[in-house]
Amino acid sequence: MSDRPLYAPQEPIFPRRVTGVFRNLKWGVMIFTLGIYYLTPWIRWDRGPNLPDQAVLVDMASRRFYFFWIEIWPHEFYFVAGLLIMAGLGLFLFTSALGRVWCGYTCPQTVWTDLFILVERWIEGDRNARLRLYRGKWDVRKWRLRLTKWFVWLLIAIATGGAWVFYFTDAPTLLVNLLNFTAHPVAYMTIAALTATTFLFGGFMREQVCIYMCPWPRIQAAMMDPDTITVAYREWRGEERGKKHENKSGDCIDCMACVNVCPMGIDIRDGQQMECITCALCIDACDDIMDKIGKPRGLIDYIALSDEPAERAGEPPAPIWKKILRPRTIIYTAIWASIGVALMYALFVRSDIELTVSPVRNPTYVLQSDGAVRNIYDVRLRNKAGDDRVFHISLTSDEILRIELEGRGGLRDVVVPADTTILQRVYVTARPQDPAASSDTTALRLWVEDVDADIRASQSTTFNGRDQ
Amino acid sequence: MSERKIDDETGVETTGHSWDGIEELNNPLPRWWLWTLYACIVWAIAYTIAYPAWPMISGATKGMLGYSTRAEVAADIVAHEAKNEALVAELIAADLTALPPSSDLHRYAVARGGSVFRAQCSQCHGSGAAGAVGYPNLLDNDWLWGGDIENISATIRHGVRNDTDLDARYSEMPAYGDLFVEKEIEAVVEYVVSLSSTEFDAGLVQAGSELFLDNCAACHGDEGLGDQFLGAPNLVDAIWLYGGDRDTLTETVTNARFGVMPAWGQRLSDVDVRAVSVYVHALGGGE
Repeated sequence: MSDRPLYAPQEPIFPRRVTGVFRNLKWGVMIFTLGIYYLTPWIRWDRGPNLPDQAVLVDMASRRFYFFWIEIWPHEFYFVAGLLIMAGLGLFLFTSALGRVWCGYTCPQTVWTDLFILVERWIEGDRNARLRLYRGKWDVRKWRLRLTKWFVWLLIAIATGGAWVFYFTDAPTLLVNLLNFTAHPVAYMTIAALTATTFLFGGFMREQVCIYMCPWPRIQAAMMDPDTITVAYREWRGEERGKKHENKSGDCIDCMACVNVCPMGIDIRDGQQMECITCALCIDACDDIMDKIGKPRGLIDYIALSDEPAERAGEPPAPIWKKILRPRTIIYTAIWASIGVALMYALFVRSDIELTVSPVRNPTYVLQSDGAVRNIYDVRLRNKAGDDRVFHISLTSDEILRIELEGRGGLRDVVVPADTTILQRVYVTARPQDPAASSDTTALRLWVEDVDADIRASQSTTFNGRDQ
Repeated sequence: MSERKIDDETGVETTGHSWDGIEELNNPLPRWWLWTLYACIVWAIAYTIAYPAWPMISGATKGMLGYSTRAEVAADIVAHEAKNEALVAELIAADLTALPPSSDLHRYAVARGGSVFRAQCSQCHGSGAAGAVGYPNLLDNDWLWGGDIENISATIRHGVRNDTDLDARYSEMPAYGDLFVEKEIEAVVEYVVSLSSTEFDAGLVQAGSELFLDNCAACHGDEGLGDQFLGAPNLVDAIWLYGGDRDTLTETVTNARFGVMPAWGQRLSDVDVRAVSVYVHALGGGE
């Protein structure tokens, strides 16, 4: 083969500070999202004496997920699946309407990288100072600045990894345990792993994560179309570019402001690129320059590529709502909303008591000595309330059937402790002369009733007779 | 090939490969990717030294750390047994007749007994305990040797008609093929059929009834209700261990039956016998 390299070294990027509308928006989003992440585990929510008082808690040991007033049991995991589907569809919707707005503003990789660059700028100075430092010798000053920066990064990384584990157990208790070294090793290992990834991804890998590790840039290429509003350069207005004294026809004075502020190290003037996360910082940078040289803003702007012919012809672009309200985005919104409505419906109709009935089919029926036919059902009774409840079991059927509970001595009341599921074996018997005994199958419905709270639930099942 | 070619359209270097005039751009991977690969290789080698990895003729290399999944499982089992120690002691000391059905101890006994049953008993009695021809159904309310917890426990502990335990349940039905002529067997069978059916030959039943009272009633009772002290089945009810049709009954009367069950007290620990007794008792037929 040739002497061509198979691997390319990472090009260092030193994004310059920028001010403007989108930068302010990004600061706001950063404060908001980081605030949610760090503070959520500390919100308290009173659920009564037997249940945890943490507003958002993923309790792996007891297999419960708490979200404010909502409690999700493992068998209700479809709520989480539904939310994930909604999140996926939401990404499709936003990408087809606004391009990679997720990548540019809210992706954790972007938010933490932004935070790490902010720290870097505070300690080492802006772009030019950082470039000088990068090229300079490793003297005392460079070591001091680098070590300070790494130390602050590490603190942020530890706080990030540390915040994660608080979602899985009572946060105040865990914090005390973490500090006096009595927490579970898994907590320390999780913090260590997430600290390492935060430190590496935010401090060193940055744009490499987006370009080489993340699948979303590839997927989003399929989600965008010419009507998608995205960050682009009005090439027809900017070209031919040239310095002011060169007196070129275009508005672009080739000041490289858009390139210098780019956290991905690309030149937006080259057109749409896979690397571009549409963070819009080049818009702020360019608008600033356009103001200074007395040209209209928007040489780099959020535009739809389908507007290019009209703009080239000197006509105004189509109104923005026409770009956002398209069959595609409307369909995405409709599917997204219908799943949301279905989940809300499921959430509000679910009961505090539940039963699942699994008929024992090994054997399908038991012949009793007097010729009666008995079916056995394993009934799981679920009490989601915070206190012990007495459940009354009964059955309804068109045929004559008798019900009996294993180990209850003829009683049909069962005490189910707070926040628990218990297994109760239930016998349903048809006497020899009853039609159900000699027929094939008979429909029946098992009921569970919380007598005190006056709520009940039921599940239908079948009774197997001898004639099968 | 060593001459560098630059693609005009993109300004990116090409690999020099060309298919139908389409050239492949050279977009090399980042350097850290390469280092990640090297790190993985080093990790893999270190891993195979530290942990069991390389297959040998018999077994595999043990690894420097001496880790073994088998030892881990053994330690897990010991840990679980230590956790259950209190419940086990309680179960050994418990009076099984007075075990409250919703207590933790009862739940533990049923769970433990269920796993013992599936491992040791299901081969004959079936995984659902429904039995088979010659192997009693444990779900119904018909018991050969008694269905209360003490009788169930004694049957499991000492077994039935085995020659390893002197306290085993024992009874033996004679093979009437040696004692009766064919006509007499036919009459007795017809009488037994008449006990639980409405379709029978009244003439034969009359003769069979006398033979039954003289020969069978000693164990099965004058009315054929059986005797749990002798393990003599109830012949009046709807449940048949080997079958209630005339052919099967003829075979049973002619050759007799001799069902055997091992003495599980000699094979299982005391706590397992107790646990499986509670499990069987709670299957539906327990008295």
